[in-house]
Amino acid sequence: MGQQARKRLIATEWLLAAAALLFMYPLVLAILNSVKTMNDILMHTGSLPRQYIWSNYKTAWSVLNFPRVFLNSLLIDVFSILGVTLFAAMAAYQIVRRPGRFNNATFGLFVASMVIPFHAIMIPLVQVLREFGLINSLFGIIYAYWGLSLAFAVFLFHGFVKALPYEIEEAALIDGASIYSVFFRIVLPLLRPITATVLILNALWIWNDFLLPMILLQGPEKHTIQVAINTMFGQYMKRWDVALPGIVMALAPAVAFFLLLQRHIIEGISSGGIKG
Amino acid sequence: MRKKMFEALRQSAFMGPSIVVYVTMILIPFLLGLYYSMTDWNGVSTVYRWVGFDNYRTTLLHDPDFAASFWFTIRLTFAIAVLMNLIGFGLAFLLTKKLRFRTAWRAVFFIPNVLGGLVLGFLWNFIFTKGFGAIGAATNWHLFKIAWLGNEHTAFWSLVIVSVWHGLGYVMVIYIAGLAGVPQEIREAAQIDGAGGWKMLTRITLPLIMASITICLFWTISSTLRIFDLNFSLTSGGPYGSTESVAMNIYKEAFGNSNFGLGSAKAVIFFCVVVVITSVQVILTKRREVEI
Repeated sequence: MGQQARKRLIATEWLLAAAALLFMYPLVLAILNSVKTMNDILMHTGSLPRQYIWSNYKTAWSVLNFPRVFLNSLLIDVFSILGVTLFAAMAAYQIVRRPGRFNNATFGLFVASMVIPFHAIMIPLVQVLREFGLINSLFGIIYAYWGLSLAFAVFLFHGFVKALPYEIEEAALIDGASIYSVFFRIVLPLLRPITATVLILNALWIWNDFLLPMILLQGPEKHTIQVAINTMFGQYMKRWDVALPGIVMALAPAVAFFLLLQRHIIEGISSGGIKG
Repeated sequence: MRKKMFEALRQSAFMGPSIVVYVTMILIPFLLGLYYSMTDWNGVSTVYRWVGFDNYRTTLLHDPDFAASFWFTIRLTFAIAVLMNLIGFGLAFLLTKKLRFRTAWRAVFFIPNVLGGLVLGFLWNFIFTKGFGAIGAATNWHLFKIAWLGNEHTAFWSLVIVSVWHGLGYVMVIYIAGLAGVPQEIREAAQIDGAGGWKMLTRITLPLIMASITICLFWTISSTLRIFDLNFSLTSGGPYGSTESVAMNIYKEAFGNSNFGLGSAKAVIFFCVVVVITSVQVILTKRREVEI
């Protein structure tokens, strides 16, 4: 590498460092101010905390009813992603291995409905759930997430199953294995990379989703983190010493999830995005 | 006979759950929405009237707020799609060079993407009202001394800034994957033929990553057309309804004013516009994709 090129690389590195710093500034500023007194937040927003008021977090913790809403978010998220991943993998498998007229048409319908924005069907969707008696129930919202994330999940699995060699399954079937044990013991393990992608992509959007839980879950004991944050803002508008620690607590789980699974998430986004 | 039964059982076991969930949560709501849109139902009462296309007529001809929300959403989408793709591509371009801390920079720019729009809207509310003030006091720059969320133009750009900050990582990751797929030999061949930096970019790189451009444009356009959470928490449509997105307008019509019929008509129009805009975009950019 020439002298010139190396110099240019170093300059690029510094440029990116500056941009990254600027990029993180909003998050850092929120974290710094979350432990200040209300007075310091207003008068010395830009400086480091002069005294650390950790009790801000205690207040936000109880205002949000954090353990409760965190558990709700977690339960909804986990059961939603497990359900949709299983259903979608099974459907995609059947569509690829039994490509009859019905299954092909169904797949076409799934793919076509990927363009439907949630807001275009939310009014009747809530009505259908009400008919089933599934308003204000955790199962109700989990069921809705199954429906809303199904099409894209089937689509992702479909592309992957198509590339699987049939010979292994065939051999197992000839040896007398049932199609169900073939699916669960052979196919599902082979689908692991795309399963991870489907799980991660859905885990993220469902965790961050706000409108559906706000419409469906009325009782505060059913609220998710997102809904609780919104309620808190209604009550503690301008009380930044409560709101900021609340915001930091609401963002922390997703940041932790990202740091833990960074490589998988970025790979999942690239492969999911490219197929989508 | 036995075989037929096995097949039927297999079909229902594998397809059954998906079909039930899909029909109840997507298909029926979609069709029901079309039906509601031709009634004057308020969401509660047991009696309602069939009004035909009246709701569509009202929405399209006599609802300036809806028209304004559409125009706002389109302008917002245009600004965000352009900026997010330019900056995202620029970052991806720099981050595919052999930098020492490449992975760390990628992670930093990606982080906002895993966070929720609602909470980020509240966070940026703090940044615009208090954080900018602090910078303004320190630097004396006029740009940081104005009330960003207080007037219609700066509120618009506030939404653009936060959206770009939020979604940039996604676009960057897709462009990085695209750039990584451009074969080194083609670059080298072009270099030997005397292509400079600009020519290399416009004649070699961009045509070869057209597939990534299609995806990124599709994603930025379709996600901004549906913007709700960030809009709700950052500006809540204000000041004076000047930053109300279509999704928010539909939400208010249905759950605020209890006009399920009118809200459904708006939802159907919204659906059609989203489909038309995104299909046109995909067709236009797909046409320019080249195979290697």
